[in-house]
Amino acid sequence: MASNEEILAGLAEIVNEETGLATEAVEMDKSFTEDLDIDSISMMTIVVNAEEKFGVRIPDEEVKNLKTVGDAVSFIASAQA
Amino acid sequence: MSVPTLKQAPLHENTRIMGVGAYRPDVIVTNDDVCQWIDSSDEWIRQRTGIITRHRAPADVSVIDMAEGAAREALQKAGIEASQLGAVIVSTVTHPYATPSAAASLADRLGATPAPAFDISAACAGYCYGIAQADALVRSGAAEYVLVVGAEKLSDVIDNTERTISFLLGDGAGAVVIGPSDTPGIGPSVWGSDGSKWDAIGMTHSMLDLRELASAGKQGGALSAEEAAVTDAASWPTLRQDGQTVFRWAVWEMAKVAQQALDAAGISAEDLAAFIPHQANMRIIDEMAKKLKLPENVIIARDIADAGNTSAASIPLATHRLLLENPQLSGGLALQIGFGAGLVFGAQVIVLP
Repeated sequence: MASNEEILAGLAEIVNEETGLATEAVEMDKSFTEDLDIDSISMMTIVVNAEEKFGVRIPDEEVKNLKTVGDAVSFIASAQA
Repeated sequence: MSVPTLKQAPLHENTRIMGVGAYRPDVIVTNDDVCQWIDSSDEWIRQRTGIITRHRAPADVSVIDMAEGAAREALQKAGIEASQLGAVIVSTVTHPYATPSAAASLADRLGATPAPAFDISAACAGYCYGIAQADALVRSGAAEYVLVVGAEKLSDVIDNTERTISFLLGDGAGAVVIGPSDTPGIGPSVWGSDGSKWDAIGMTHSMLDLRELASAGKQGGALSAEEAAVTDAASWPTLRQDGQTVFRWAVWEMAKVAQQALDAAGISAEDLAAFIPHQANMRIIDEMAKKLKLPENVIIARDIADAGNTSAASIPLATHRLLLENPQLSGGLALQIGFGAGLVFGAQVIVLP
């Protein structure tokens, strides 16, 4: 099981690969849509890659609740637990 | 009394695609045209979908007309007379008659009568379903040459003002002739369905709903608010999709199916000359190519930029264009994969004609 810091770092890599954003820009309190300007298609790509990387399942209906990077980190952490 | 031994149809060991034809209708719909109907922009549509234009057919051009145009070219390229066809298969979800089939009329127009003729309803996987069946028919000896056509007039089943799918779609037809071959030309088909996602892409309501709404409307005052909304806004059934669910399924599950088709054919991504996925969305195409780790020299079909998503027609249309623009691809291996409403999917590795 990964720590929140490790999940954040892994997520930042995925976001970087999909959008080109610097990994440092991916912080816990940042909103995917408002701050990071990530559209719905990129979000699904990030979700799919996060599932693979962290070995969790993120249902479609859960994706809309993941508003901030922190939301995603908490969801992945609890799904791994 | 002894029972006589039956004769069975002689088998063919191998099959191949012999020729490809295309029909692209004349009306060009730009992103600026689309933005008259939905609140969007050329930039937004290009970025999200990779689509710049789509071709649509005028009112007097039918699914069968487009199928005929593509079929005539495919027959000519294959060097086959229509009278030699042992079966005519049309993949379509937009032929506006539940019966009779588009294929029977097409066979008659081409001069293929009395070849067996039937339609397939497998949406965006329809062309790959058709190839799976044609390959099996020829190898089993049930037919010598088979015409497979993907033909769609999606503009008849869209609501230009909705945002989930209509702006992606175009009209057109693509066709191929399949026949016996000295060497293997069509790898094993990896095909299937997942009806648990029946609601992910499809029509807003059924023809029976339409009949009820129409008759209730005529009687006046009998409509619930919900029914009235449907009759007023769009009583004609049109397409909708749950874009996120479909995108995720397409990228994630379909990359696995594509890999299975490579494995079944006994080749790897490095052996491919071209990748010809269903032209659903440029982002899906890019993401699948990444997941498959396609080497840079594999040419990826990106017909969607100009043609939009033409459902069953998209793979043969994209193949036709790829061969026009890159004649050196002839004889090379291509991975093709279709996926769509059902949900259904089909993939094969083929030798390009």
